[in-house]
This record gives sequence, C-alpha cells and structure tokens, in this order.
Amino acid sequence: MARIYHHSRRSFFKYLLLTVVALIYLVPLYSLTLAAFRPGRDLLRYGITLKTLIPADLNLSTFKGLYTIRDGIYFTWFGNSLLLMLLQTCLALFLSSFVAYGLSLYRFKGRKIVTTLVIFLMLVPIQILILPLYKLMITISLIDTFWGVFLPMIVSPFAIFFFRQYIDGVPRDLIDAGRVDGLNEYSIYFRIVIPIMPPAFSAMAIFMSMQSWNNFLWPLIVLRTGEKFTLPIGLNTLLTPYGNNYDLLIIGALAATLPIIIVFIFFQRYFIAGLTSGGVKG
Amino acid sequence: MTKKQTLGSAKVAPYVFILPFIASFLIFYLYPIISTFIMGFQQVYPGQVEFIGLENYRKLDNPEFKVALKNSFRYTVYTIALLIPIPLLLSVWLNSGNRTINTVYRSVLYIPSLVSIVVAGTIMRLLFASSDKSLVNTLAIAVGAEPRQWLLGGPHQAMILLLILALWRWVGVNIIYFLSGLQAIPDELYEAADIDGASQSQKLWRITIPLLKSTTIFVTTISIFGGFAMFEESFILWAGKPSPNNVGLTIVGHLYNKGFQEGEMGMASAIGIVLLIIVFTLSISFLKLFGFFEAEGRR
Repeated sequence: MARIYHHSRRSFFKYLLLTVVALIYLVPLYSLTLAAFRPGRDLLRYGITLKTLIPADLNLSTFKGLYTIRDGIYFTWFGNSLLLMLLQTCLALFLSSFVAYGLSLYRFKGRKIVTTLVIFLMLVPIQILILPLYKLMITISLIDTFWGVFLPMIVSPFAIFFFRQYIDGVPRDLIDAGRVDGLNEYSIYFRIVIPIMPPAFSAMAIFMSMQSWNNFLWPLIVLRTGEKFTLPIGLNTLLTPYGNNYDLLIIGALAATLPIIIVFIFFQRYFIAGLTSGGVKG
Repeated sequence: MTKKQTLGSAKVAPYVFILPFIASFLIFYLYPIISTFIMGFQQVYPGQVEFIGLENYRKLDNPEFKVALKNSFRYTVYTIALLIPIPLLLSVWLNSGNRTINTVYRSVLYIPSLVSIVVAGTIMRLLFASSDKSLVNTLAIAVGAEPRQWLLGGPHQAMILLLILALWRWVGVNIIYFLSGLQAIPDELYEAADIDGASQSQKLWRITIPLLKSTTIFVTTISIFGGFAMFEESFILWAGKPSPNNVGLTIVGHLYNKGFQEGEMGMASAIGIVLLIIVFTLSISFLKLFGFFEAEGRR
C-alpha cells in the first residue's frame, strides 16, 4: 500500500513538472499567434508584452496585410517556397532511393567505402561548405536561380541511409522472383521496389519537405531578387525597424508556421519515423 | 563470359544506381572542400588570384576570430551539457506511464523544431525585447530583478539567449532519439532488476544510461557538428547585423562576414578549413574515445 502511494506521488510530480515544462515550451508559439493580431508598431516598440498574451482586443484584420503590404509579395514568397519544396522533395526521394537500392542489393567493389561516405556526409553541416558551393554556383551561373537552391540538396545522404535500412528489410525472395520473371535490374527497382516503398517515402517526404520549407542559410546566399525569395528569406528582410515591416513579419511568420504544425498533427507518426531510423541504430 | 557487360547487367547496374550519389559527392562535397583548401592559400580578387602561402592563416590571429572561436566552443560545450541530460531524463519519464498522455507531451516539446529559425529567432527577439514591458523583463521585475537589455547586454546575456533558443528548438528532437534508444532496451532487464530489488535510480544508472550509450554517442556527435556550425541563430537574433562587441559572433558568422560581406574569399576559406579540422578532430577523437569504430568493425 505504501508503495503504491509512493508510486502515485512520484508520478504526480513527474506529470506536474512535465506540464510546467510543456507550458513554457508553448509560450513562444502562443505569443506569436496573439502577436500576429496586434499592431506591428507596438511590437517594434515594446516587444511581446504581458498584454499581448491576453486574448482580448485582437485586431483580426491584420491578416489582410498578407496581400496588401508590398503588393502581396508574401504570396510570391509562399509560392516559391512551395515550388521549391515540391521539386526538391520529389527529386530527392527518387534519386536517394535509387542510390539506396544499389547500396542495399548488390555486393560490389567500393560498396563499403560508399556506405561509409554516406554515413560520414550525413554529419557534415552545409554551413561548412557554403563558401566554395557559392563559388561553384557563380561558375555555373546558378546564382539567383531555383536550380541553385535545390540542386545541391537532391541527393541526400540522410535519405539514402534511411532508404537503405528500409530496403535491407525487403525479402530477397521478392526480388529474385522478379529476376526469374525476366525483369532487368532497373525494372526490379521500378516495378517491385518502388511499389513497396510508400511508408518509407512518406516519412522521408515529410521530413524533407519540412527541411526545404525552413531552409535558410543556403537560399539566403543563392537568391538575390525579392521576387525569387522563399518565405524564410523574405521574412528575414522584414527584420528592419519599420512598423509596417513588422505588420507583415509577424502575421507572415504565423502563416508560414501554421501549415507545418497542422501537417505535423495529422502525420506525427511519419515525422518521428523519419527522424529515428536514420540516426540511431544499435 | 556469355553475358554482355551492358548497362543492364548485374555487374554494371550497381554503379549506375550509385551514380547520382557519386556525382553529387564529387560536385557538391569533394570539389568544394578541395577548392576551399586551395583558396585558403590565395588572395582572391575578382577575376584574378594570387598565391600568398600561409598569409590567410596568419591573419586569423586576430581578436575577432578569437572571439568567434571562443563563442562557438562555449556554445558547443554548453549545448552538449544541456541537450543530453535534460532530454535523457525527460525521455525516461515519457517512456513509462500513460501512452496517450506521453504522446501529447512529446509532441508539445517536439513542435518547436518544426518552426523556421527566422520565425523562432523573431519570437525570441520580441520576448526578450529591451523595453521594460517585454514579457521577460516584466517577469524579471516581478521577481525583483533588474530588467535587462538582453540583446545589447554583455556576452553572458547573449550566450543565455542562444542557449534558451537551442533548448527550445532541440530538446524535443533529442527526446525522440533517446526514446527510440530506450525502446530498444529489453523489458526483461528491468524485470530482473525488480526481482533483485533495485531502486529507480539504480535502474537508471546501471541499466538505462549504459544501454543508451550508442544513442548518447550519436547525439553528442551531431551536437559537436551542430554547435560549431551554429550561425543562423545569432544571425537572426541580431537581425543580420553585427552583435555589440561581437557577443554573438561564431566561426561560421566570421566566415560569412569575411567571405560574403567583405569579399575576402581567401581568408574565409582559411576559416572554413580551420572549422573543418576542429570539427573532424573533435568528433573523430570523441568517437575513438568511446570505441565506436571497433564496435562498427565487429559487426
């Protein structure tokens, strides 16, 4: 009896503490949501105040700023982000799974080195490579183009690793059956492997879409013209001290964040799967 | 050999499959690294280059780079010190009890990592605004502390701000890593420990933590890379401008300033190479220390 009491008191404190932590973690996004319906002038002057957090006197018309301020450039940015996300994700899914299939299925010379290289490159942050990559983009005239933004990202070591694990788990009989039926190596990939990939594809698709949507440093360096900016780059240009900019900045930040959170709530499982099977293994 | 060595043969096909990776590796990784290495010995003017030996590296002996090194190093150490024990403890908690409730907590802690750094940094700027009325200063006044000019204050305030931002964004991600490590630990071990009458803390120290070793190694390694590569956080917090007294300057920030603002490509390359060397030396010696490579070899 004493033990049960002890146990429940322990779990009471555990959940009390977790609740406090969770509430603190929600403060920034809660603040953003309410701040989005306040005048930018006040935010610029006082920041987010206690009064911001009281859900009263909300000025719901601030969202009109999305299409009135600067002739609605926000939607251009939104569209650019969406287009880049689709391009980058689709290409990366195809190319990375293609490579993963090769690494998983065949025993060939150099396989081990390539696999090690993939794992190693997973760790290399792009920040280290931006300067020479930038020079390369100048050389091949891809500065200020969408190509320049997504080309370096379409063969993702992380996705290769993730897909390789997945394909490793595919029964070999299935693939041998394809061979018996006279399919060549590529048909096996297209006709047998791709059809069983959707669970892995969805996990990676969500993971990569999110990365592309939020990608900041590389597009910041590649893109120059306002009309070509993605959302993060566009929003970043609004961080200048004019009230009018803040009007668009805050409501724009909210409008850029909400879609991801909604997608997350519905497809949580895939987010977690995309994160874990890539990194931690035995 | 009867089979022709065509693209369709099982001998050639593997190389066709890995071709996209090889191409991307050569173009987007190897070439940049080699060209950074070469540029590090050059003075790069528009349209012409001049070989100047180690001059760029000698120029790194300046106060600004030292501040950047110190900031990046401290940031990495502090983030590791915070972003391993806290998520580990929280994940142990979230691994037992009511599953549905735990999922809610896990999601709440994870959501900040979905927020773009631009948005996250902007919110932080506003929460920690210099005005006495800003939320954080209001709280400070309420507990009897002095309101502070967080972004304009000294190096301590700057580091605290950066760490709060890192905690907010990364605790949830590391929890997921640790949870997946915890789920791989067989329940029998805990049952056996229960039979032996082990206490909660004994189970934590003798079973959970030792068996999370590979997860911890993984998280530490990505933290080393992430910590030294940190730039975007301070770029947004100080709205793309130099922070007062360089309190928020990092190695990559210095590289960015030199290469992209001042056009000193040679010196920026030298910074890039120093960064690569630091990160790889640290992570490889760390992995060696924990016998990671031997474990890989045995498998």
